[in-house]
Amino acid sequence: MSDSKAIFLKDATVNAADGDQRAFIRKALGGYYVNRDLQKARYRDWERARDAASLAKWSAVNDLANVLEKFVTNFERNGGVVHWARDAAEARAIILKIAEDNKAKAIVKSKCMTSEEIHLNDALEKAGYGVVESDLGEFIQQLRGEAPYHFVFPCMHVKREAISELFTKHLGTAPTDSPEELTMIARRHLRQLYVDADIGITGANFLVAETGQISITENEGNARLTAALPRIHIALSGIEKVVNHLDDLSVLLPMLATAGAGQPMTCYNTLYSGPRKKGECDGPEQFHIVLLDNARTRLLADPEQRDALHCIRCGACLNVCPIFKNIGGLAYGTTYQGPIGSVITPHLRGLKQWNHLSGASSLCGACTDACPVRIDLHHHLLHNRRNAAKESPTLFDQVFHHGFNFVIKRPWLFATGGRIFRATLPLLQKLPLPYMGAWMKTRDLPKAPAQSFRDQWKNQNV
Amino acid sequence: MSDARSDIFARIREALKVKAPKPHLKGEPKPGSTSSVAKPWLPDGGETADASLSILAEQLAKLKAVLIRVPDHASAAKAVAELSAAKNWKKVAYHGHPLLRPVAAALPCETWEADTSFEKQRLEGCDAGITTCESIVAQLGAILVSSASSGGRALSILPHVHVVVAEASQVVPDLGSALALAKARHGDQMPSMLSFITGPSRTGDIERILVLGAHGPKELYLVLVG
Amino acid sequence: MRVSLFVPCFVDQLTPQVGLATAKVLKRLGHEVEFRSAQTCCGQPSFNSGQWDVAREAAIRALGVFRGAEVVVGPSGSCVAMMRQFYPELLKGTPHAAEADDLAARTFEFSEFLVKKLGVTDVGAKFAKKVTYHDGCHALRELRLKEEPRQLLRAVKGLELIESEEGETCCGFGGLFSAKFPMISTAMVQVKGGALARTGADYVVSSDPSCLLQIGGWLSREGKPILPLHIAEVLANDA
Repeated sequence: MSDSKAIFLKDATVNAADGDQRAFIRKALGGYYVNRDLQKARYRDWERARDAASLAKWSAVNDLANVLEKFVTNFERNGGVVHWARDAAEARAIILKIAEDNKAKAIVKSKCMTSEEIHLNDALEKAGYGVVESDLGEFIQQLRGEAPYHFVFPCMHVKREAISELFTKHLGTAPTDSPEELTMIARRHLRQLYVDADIGITGANFLVAETGQISITENEGNARLTAALPRIHIALSGIEKVVNHLDDLSVLLPMLATAGAGQPMTCYNTLYSGPRKKGECDGPEQFHIVLLDNARTRLLADPEQRDALHCIRCGACLNVCPIFKNIGGLAYGTTYQGPIGSVITPHLRGLKQWNHLSGASSLCGACTDACPVRIDLHHHLLHNRRNAAKESPTLFDQVFHHGFNFVIKRPWLFATGGRIFRATLPLLQKLPLPYMGAWMKTRDLPKAPAQSFRDQWKNQNV
Repeated sequence: MSDARSDIFARIREALKVKAPKPHLKGEPKPGSTSSVAKPWLPDGGETADASLSILAEQLAKLKAVLIRVPDHASAAKAVAELSAAKNWKKVAYHGHPLLRPVAAALPCETWEADTSFEKQRLEGCDAGITTCESIVAQLGAILVSSASSGGRALSILPHVHVVVAEASQVVPDLGSALALAKARHGDQMPSMLSFITGPSRTGDIERILVLGAHGPKELYLVLVG
Repeated sequence: MRVSLFVPCFVDQLTPQVGLATAKVLKRLGHEVEFRSAQTCCGQPSFNSGQWDVAREAAIRALGVFRGAEVVVGPSGSCVAMMRQFYPELLKGTPHAAEADDLAARTFEFSEFLVKKLGVTDVGAKFAKKVTYHDGCHALRELRLKEEPRQLLRAVKGLELIESEEGETCCGFGGLFSAKFPMISTAMVQVKGGALARTGADYVVSSDPSCLLQIGGWLSREGKPILPLHIAEVLANDA
């Protein structure tokens, strides 16, 4: 068993037994479901709109070299500097070098999962930079020293009491149980940090090839401030975030907000096309973008699952996933949690180590229905299982399935085996058998009938 | 050693040698731009100016943004001045635009044309920022500001209150129209920042409970002339 | 019409009454019903475990079993989805592809067959009980069946249909998933089973006997006063 699987099983077991925490997560998501449905109802045809969103991403991803080339040309024409990183280490090195070259001290960041993916904060802190996460949820998680729980709602699992304690400990503020007051504490604390920071680091939700702009989606205004006040703006983005046309955003921006957060649009959807232009009064002097591969091209090389690169990181698949809701985001041990994380992590970090996430699903398909860009999520979990069984078959599975196959190929053996199974079921239930024992721990089996269907049918139709 | 850029492009070209099928769709793909194809499927932005205005009013109310409709620019100045007095603003920053100077002049408090002598620390101390905008999207209740129309990047986000003074003729039905308009207006000389503002700043990060004014403005006013 | 029954392997062995009820309803509607006894398991456990080579063998066997059948009807959304959605995927690019597509086109889930193929909603059943319905995920999302079973239940004399919270939430069965990840599967059935029990219904009805195994198993262990029942058993009841 891989280490990551052992940790997963342990954490999932603890979390799935924590009824209070599970109820807390369900309650937190309750408002989202209501708002999402209200917003979806405003669409005149949500399903066809998903088609349009899906095609916009499909056409960019399947022509990635050309679209990316065009983006880069236009981005440079706008005065930005492009950097390429094959992997996480290269991306970290690029960002550290920009900081060093510019004698930066303080860095403010807005929410960026790609930076979590490359463990950027650790690297910057080790190099002596002060780094502050400015998104409220990320700020709380940074103070907690914990990874994001959900890639859109990073601290949705933390109760207000714990946040109050955290702020008292780190910021010296008076305890409060009001989310509003807690938010205002963070607001006051962070304002001066934006003003003082030398570098602002953001992610990018979309890279617009046609215009060379990057699009950033957020609600709090922290990304706006991060890209407005520091003298250097660095955006870190996966290469798959590119879209062909500015016009594609007319579908993608509202659908991202509706699917992921139940909003018509998030509060701020901002397009940046370079550093401060001549005649503009503020904005950074330098605008860098770091374009990261980090195994995305490995996923691209799999045409069956290539659509996973359409992901716009809205979080809708997590919000509807019964696995996510019952084991929580941290148990995954991945940068990207939930169904999309279970699909892509084996490609990004290795199938053998991470296939268990594809196994840990009832394949209910709620994720696939929720996905605004129509990624075939739950079927990709099946594809990962198939690929893993080929790449590194387990002995148990081999024996079990080939044995089972031996039986079902022979109807007489199946019937006889069934008869024995039914006759010995009361006994089998008492034995500590693998799988069956696990089942019986929380659930009863029906009483075995004396006769199978096939026997009864034969008797009735003689 | 080959450089990262060529390596990544080589990997992409290699990966794309095998074609992927079109995604499962509900209907047949249609030719045309994304927004023109998707228009009949997206939320309605109104077919007439009146319809758009009424959708806009409804959306803004849901977003907890305040819409103030006035007949002319003089009334706009008066409305902002009343707001300033009611909210007891001490310092107000504004974008140096011919339509906003009279608005600023009518304010009963200290005012500052932020983009002519920009200073971030000074802006941080302002109660409100007044800007114009590029366009207003009825469909979503979104206001498009830019570093050109809104006195740079910070003026519309750093002060605690954001006031936008705009003409009713700036209302467009949907997001696609707003993007097309920006492209037509600026061509390949886009302002370095274009931002769709959809209501006051907000967060739900604590227990998914909505709080306004996370980092950006807690209050958003749209003063619409005409 | 001559209907060939597709009886899931665990229905055959553990809940044969579901298969009998299916046949009874079809016969009552005037159809000829056959059961081809060479059928065993559709191969879904192996398919879901990534053992596609094994599953492919099962699929090819099933093609042989149902060769020449006018229509194949199964009382399980999950097993029918295997045949209809996943056999063609498994056998794509093999010499069996055309036959897999052909079988898929002739295969129906029981409630789907009644409503969509036969155009029947009232099968003349009586059942004076309060009932809540559980959508199996395969029926709901692979076969896109939601209204069909409800139309059938609403036409049953005396039956009161109550919808539950968590209406479209998975029960957590997922085949071997329920045994490989029992803690997650149990948490899921607590959510689903709890919602079903809160309806106050006498029975939880579903078109998927595998979900009923999971839900019924948990309800029984928790001593909840609501029983699992397959939709065919409700529709077969005419007394």
